[in-house]
Amino acid sequence: MSNLSTYFNALFFIALPYAALVLFFLIGIRRYLRRGFTYSSLSSQFLENKQHFWALMPFHYGIITVLTVHIAAFLIPRQVEWWGRVPARLWFMEIGMLAAGLLTLAGLVAAMVRRKVNRKIAVVTSAADWIILVLLLLQIVSGLGVAILHPWGSSWFSIAVTPYLWSIVKLDPNIALVAVMPALVKYHIINAFLIIAFFPFTRLVHILVMPNPYLWRRPQVVRWYRRPQAARG
Amino acid sequence: MDVRVQMSMVFHLDKCIGCHTCSLACKNIWTDRKGTEYMWWNNVETKPGTGYPTGWEDQEKYHGGWELKDGKLGLRSTSKTQTVFNIFHNPNQPSMDDYYEPWTYDYQNLFNAPEGSDQPTAVPLSMVTGDLIQIKAGPNWDDDMGGSPVYAESDPNLAALNPDQKAQMFAIERLMFFYLPRICNHCLNPSCVASCPSGALHKRGEDGIVLVDQKRCRGWRACIAACPYKKMYYNWQTGKSEKCVLCYPRLETGQAPACFHSCVGRIRYLGVILYDADRIHEVASLPEDQLIEGQRSLILDPRDPVVIAGARQNGIHDAVVEAACKSPTYRFVKDWKMALPLHAEFRTLPMLFYVPPMAPVMAHKSETALENNSEDLFADIEEARAPIEYLASMFGTKHTGKVRYALRKQKAVRWYRRAITVGDVDMPTAERMLREADCTPAEAEAIYRLTSLCSFEERFVIPPMHREQAIEMLEDPLEHKQGVGFGFMDGPRRGL
Ligand code: SF4
Repeated sequence: MSNLSTYFNALFFIALPYAALVLFFLIGIRRYLRRGFTYSSLSSQFLENKQHFWALMPFHYGIITVLTVHIAAFLIPRQVEWWGRVPARLWFMEIGMLAAGLLTLAGLVAAMVRRKVNRKIAVVTSAADWIILVLLLLQIVSGLGVAILHPWGSSWFSIAVTPYLWSIVKLDPNIALVAVMPALVKYHIINAFLIIAFFPFTRLVHILVMPNPYLWRRPQVVRWYRRPQAARG
Repeated sequence: MDVRVQMSMVFHLDKCIGCHTCSLACKNIWTDRKGTEYMWWNNVETKPGTGYPTGWEDQEKYHGGWELKDGKLGLRSTSKTQTVFNIFHNPNQPSMDDYYEPWTYDYQNLFNAPEGSDQPTAVPLSMVTGDLIQIKAGPNWDDDMGGSPVYAESDPNLAALNPDQKAQMFAIERLMFFYLPRICNHCLNPSCVASCPSGALHKRGEDGIVLVDQKRCRGWRACIAACPYKKMYYNWQTGKSEKCVLCYPRLETGQAPACFHSCVGRIRYLGVILYDADRIHEVASLPEDQLIEGQRSLILDPRDPVVIAGARQNGIHDAVVEAACKSPTYRFVKDWKMALPLHAEFRTLPMLFYVPPMAPVMAHKSETALENNSEDLFADIEEARAPIEYLASMFGTKHTGKVRYALRKQKAVRWYRRAITVGDVDMPTAERMLREADCTPAEAEAIYRLTSLCSFEERFVIPPMHREQAIEMLEDPLEHKQGVGFGFMDGPRRGL
């Protein structure tokens, strides 16, 4: 391995991930504490209601499917790898993921077009919005490229990428396995860390404040300044 | 019994002159910021008409509020499951087109236009994009029945009328309209609060005012769809929902809310009521024809020792109970049964009540329409005014009884006072009317007084809110001593 590529690998697979994670947590938490007000979905459905459906629905359902499988391969690699041992199941996974990826791409492109052509939406679109949209576009296109050019990812991800990601988490980075990956896969990983790094500066933070207690709470919410002991909820 | 306090309101529609002073007072205080230009927390609609946003009363279109599904109370379109699946795109959320696109005029052009042969004009500019726009609608586009063939005729309440009545209502000689001022109802069973995925919307325990915690709101927009009165608004700039706050900072300092304070017709009344929070769910689940009665029964008598004891037990200050005894809302709603909730069938238990309008009188006969020669002294309520079915569709869950009762009482009081001051009606007739309208001379005097001669203090009975004590429970005032003088406040802004 040449010196240059060693530097390259160290920079993009060790330095970048840590920089990204530090930014993610530092800025994300700081922003939540200092500017909690800015944590919002910043929905623009109110300004434009029709294209919104055709963009936001496919995008969200697509990306949720794709992300869930990625996270599963990270958290439970053995089960995912086991699933892929039967060809029929493997095919199902491959085709399903490809379809979800295409759905995401279609939604994202529609969202970008909507932001471009609709004057009202353009007014509420910031530079950060465009940067994250482009990063997402690159991520999805490269992901689809990987799926087509280097198939059976559901199997090799668990074997090759998951150990690398865990080595990052365990603060003992081991890049031996990613260093030999095809360029497109490498790019997909690097771009993912760029998105994580940029995440806390964008509207993506709405993912962190997904409704949760809501699902378990009673319908009505009452807030008291003070409540004597005797009284009930 | 769980005694709680609710700030509640009465609007006396017979007195509203449709001047929109209330709307402007509110606008100037609360909604002149970017992203809120289109919002009218207080708006005044002409009825019949489609209102703002267009056709808001039609829940077949907007799917707001609660409904009974197999006897069980549930949100019409914003249950938890529906909200989770609709979170990316809410099919029931109105868009700006359902309200209107706010605009201003290019006034600068009047000063800066180059010299030419024409007068310069100030063209309308969108307040969203800044572009030149064609104005297609406004917040009050059908004011005084402007454009009635389009607007008034699509009033959802007209469904309650038969074709004959409808034709009569729009016959030019009988044409009638009245005004319907609307603010947030600060409901006892608010569907906006129940639908909020972030728990940002809440009722204040101390006075029942419904508020959005701006820092907790994440812009999921379920509330916009959930509120059947469409009194939840989405700020497109900050990405947060906003609503009428009943001017709580004013209330906390003993002042009436801006729209109440400025009301030219003095149609507005405000006071606290005590109610039994244990029965909210039970009452909201009643069959439609029992809703109004049920809601009345939730309101407790502040003179009843059991209620007072319950209030004390819940830490309600005696001054608040005292204010509840003087509450004009209590009198109109409970004592006199003249004020009714708007669209109680939405099941949110609204705490804004309306005295249905006697006016306008429709001169449908060639002679004077007001003569009452028939045995039925109340005949004109059925014949010469807005069809009672129409009013019942708004204020009576389509049942005419309660509306008729309120109108008859109003008319009896008028005739009684006429017998006293003008003398063209003889007292026995007036007294007979009072009896038939379930009213006594003493009650008639009290109604007359609170309707016509009411002072500021009688209209707005605002108890001391003891906010200073409440806040001391949360924050130590001494903590800020020596620390704060000059400081900084962050304005709300979009994104980081
Ligand atoms: S200020 Fe009073 S009288 Fe005028 S429109 Fe508003 S509610 Fe009616």
